[in-house]
Amino acid sequence: MPKVTIDGREALFEDGLTLIRAAERLGIEIPHYCWHPGLTIAGNCRMCLVEIDKVPKLQIACNTRVTDGMVVNTQNERVKRAQQSVLEFLLINHPIDCPICDQAGECKLQDYYMDFDKKSSRFPVEEKVRKRKVVDLGPQVVLDQERCILCLRCTRFLDEIPKTSELGVFERGDRAYIDLAPGKRLDNPYSANVVDICPVGALTSKDFRFKARVWYLKKTESVCAFCANGCNIEIYHRQGRIFRFRPRYNAEVNDYWMCDAGRMGYRLIQGENRSTGPQVRQGDELRPLAWKQAVDTVCTRLKGIREAGGDGAIAGILSAFATNEEAFLFRRLLQHPPSAGEDSRSIAGHAWSPPDAYGDDLLIKRDKNPNRKGLEALGIPTTPDAVERILEAARRGTIKALVVFGADLVAELGREQVEAALEALEFLVLIDLRRSETSLYADVVMPTSSFAETDGTFTNHAGRVQRVWQAFPPPGDAMEGWRLLTSLLAGLGDSTEWGSAEEVFAAMAREAGAFSGLSYQTLANRGAPSSAAAKTA
Amino acid sequence: MSERVLLRHRGIPDYHTIEVYERHGGYEATRKALRDFQPGELVEMVKSSGLRGRGGAGFPTGLKWSFLPKQTEKPVYLCVNADESEPGTFKDREIIEFDPHQLLEGIIITSYAIGCHKAFIYIRGEFFFGAKVLNRAIEEARAKGYLGKNVFGSGLDLDVVVHRGAGAYICGEETGLIESIEGKRAYPRVKPPFPATYGIFGSPTIVNNVETLACVPHIVSRGPAWFKSIGPEKGPGPKLYCVSGHVERPGIYELPMGTPLREILYTHCGGIPGGRKLKAVIPGGSSVPIFTANEIDVPMDFDSVAKAGSLLGSAGIIVMDDSTCMVRALEVISRFYHHESCGQCTPCREGTGWLHKVLRRLEAGTGREADLQLLVDISDNMMGNTVCVLADAAAMPVKSFVSKFRDEFVEHVRLGRCPFRPLGEARRAAAAGH
Repeated sequence: MPKVTIDGREALFEDGLTLIRAAERLGIEIPHYCWHPGLTIAGNCRMCLVEIDKVPKLQIACNTRVTDGMVVNTQNERVKRAQQSVLEFLLINHPIDCPICDQAGECKLQDYYMDFDKKSSRFPVEEKVRKRKVVDLGPQVVLDQERCILCLRCTRFLDEIPKTSELGVFERGDRAYIDLAPGKRLDNPYSANVVDICPVGALTSKDFRFKARVWYLKKTESVCAFCANGCNIEIYHRQGRIFRFRPRYNAEVNDYWMCDAGRMGYRLIQGENRSTGPQVRQGDELRPLAWKQAVDTVCTRLKGIREAGGDGAIAGILSAFATNEEAFLFRRLLQHPPSAGEDSRSIAGHAWSPPDAYGDDLLIKRDKNPNRKGLEALGIPTTPDAVERILEAARRGTIKALVVFGADLVAELGREQVEAALEALEFLVLIDLRRSETSLYADVVMPTSSFAETDGTFTNHAGRVQRVWQAFPPPGDAMEGWRLLTSLLAGLGDSTEWGSAEEVFAAMAREAGAFSGLSYQTLANRGAPSSAAAKTA
Repeated sequence: MSERVLLRHRGIPDYHTIEVYERHGGYEATRKALRDFQPGELVEMVKSSGLRGRGGAGFPTGLKWSFLPKQTEKPVYLCVNADESEPGTFKDREIIEFDPHQLLEGIIITSYAIGCHKAFIYIRGEFFFGAKVLNRAIEEARAKGYLGKNVFGSGLDLDVVVHRGAGAYICGEETGLIESIEGKRAYPRVKPPFPATYGIFGSPTIVNNVETLACVPHIVSRGPAWFKSIGPEKGPGPKLYCVSGHVERPGIYELPMGTPLREILYTHCGGIPGGRKLKAVIPGGSSVPIFTANEIDVPMDFDSVAKAGSLLGSAGIIVMDDSTCMVRALEVISRFYHHESCGQCTPCREGTGWLHKVLRRLEAGTGREADLQLLVDISDNMMGNTVCVLADAAAMPVKSFVSKFRDEFVEHVRLGRCPFRPLGEARRAAAAGH
């Protein structure tokens, strides 16, 4: 292992490691534009020049490998001058239109200018090279060629990750610009990643631009819930409103990337169609009522139906969008009070995906449910016939009460498929975040949280258990799923007290083998394989 | 005048045809090399001859060959750099157009020495005629069995492909050239790895200049000791000097390496025309530091010119007499590098344009005295900080012009116009901003 001294600090590093990575391990950030840990090395921005003893020229830290005895200086006067001069070069033709630029606040030109340069310009504004300002690249991305510093992160991403190569460099010298290859649009399923990796304001998101200044936004770590892959993300939000999702690095799941569909998924969990308070049916209408009355109503009806029809009269359908904690409590709710022998109460997982759902070998899974594996680990079957068996029993009148969690059966399975079953029920409880078509058949509607509004976990397609964090509370009177289910359990006489999703997870880890040995601490922000997945791995 | 080796075709009609070429002893060197020597012996021979690359950097040729990996699964490629683009340089072109078989001999011997079975000639796009001549020569050689299967019965299979560039100076940089051959934008590669280990399509590759390879058959036929006896020991051999500008007889001169610059200008080229006086000489193509009239007592070889503060480069000697405006001359040079920077590295992409713009205003008479220091600052910030040396090529002349002809730059600022242009023209130029 080569021994290397960086800024006076000596350390051992493995062979082949680049200086920029080695410095990072010592907590030394070497400024850079073109280098990105998920892409090949370009070495063109020249921002990461460092001095190496016995090497006459400054060397780029991104492409220099450690060798034994190497002595590196990343901040002496010579290096500082090089960094300053690169910044000066980058800025002479840059429009410096920060006041109207979406990148402001997360722009590496701004950041490094404040860190390393802070000089006034020696270049007359009228001599700047002019280029195109608003180039429409595709459904997600807009390009400003004047702001571009030609680091080629975008072209390398498109060449190397989706391998679609829509963008290229045209012309040369200071006339060089990024543009679409002839006849192409930047419309691959991963196109918006170029916005994240653009270190300046050249590539901006059509969806996000001009919506908010980033310094007003809060960031909460999470996991994308729009397919079974479970890409790690950050939710950018303010006052209960989500402005964007961005991918968060996880080498085991998604590296640095996410798909455009998942990125735009935030729009599905906020807006006009969210239900914000419990409702009860009075004739043809759903009328608001207080939580306490809603819980009492549901518990009273369920108890009554069980007493009249036995355990088999009650069933539950749970969407595979539910968290593991919600699934665990839902199963407990349906199986309360616990029966001695084989439990005849039916629970089915509703893991629906559109029949033409897109999937590929990169990140996107055809299974659009974030937690099918989690439901299965809790013994909840997720095949379509499990749901169909419950609906058939309802049609026959065997099942009289149904609790639906998070599933819009009418919209997803089709009205003609489910209407007879839902109408035959004596009592339908719908726990959901949206006002859905299924609510037209519900006797009680209980609004709950999206995955951005609750703590919890999902188990992805590979059996990896990953946490989501509550970014902000659910809207209006809507209640986090785990909290709502515990209040129903209390109403049915389950005396266990649950203070948090974490306590629910701890109980689940004790009871369900798939989660044994796991806790919120061990999952941290990278997740961990479930015991079942760990065994097969 | 000394004996012509590289330019022996001069005065012999149709020397570019294989018949005439062979009548004058052509292909004997190749026959000898492939018959009498093992590949390794040829590498050693070229090493001991002291041959240094004629493209500009002067790197020892035999040493470069020996950097190839000893064991490799991949094919080894030879690539001839015939992208001669440095302003003031036109020597390779004469070899290509008038003596293509000399180059082919160099290619065959070198390919045999390094184990190459496919050689590329990357020729500057504008050399349309040269490409035709080369292709015809390759056909002739193939018809004779000098290319193709089992060359000269040696067991060597060798093909040569002529690849025309599309018009970019940067394609002369060896890794830019390799990218271009691969069909890509000619962005020079970040090194390491070097071409000898990772070249064309990731295979071990040797890139040599036309004139360098033309020396190889002569080293074989007359021996390395003969080659080493010409000129200085560290970098010997016959050398082609390209002289352009204000001399009586501009052209290409073959002289021993190390011939004094003064002798080249005054003895061989007949001095400065019209009774005017020498003002300055660029010794090695437009990218190298300039010499004043007092600095021309320098032997024209790699080490001597370097010691005198410039570079032999491509030996493109550009002569300027006292009617030349040095600000204008530098503006023209900087315009070229501004136009030709590939735009990959920040300092070069932005710096070449900035230098040009500052020089344009100085020449137009709208510059300030602070611009002189600015030119030096920009140049210093560009030099040594980029993937390839185009940034240095653009910065070196700026620094030397400004330091050696500072008074002329100051004069432009003081007068508010170019003193070398008639007043009316200078005013129009100032109004137009250039």
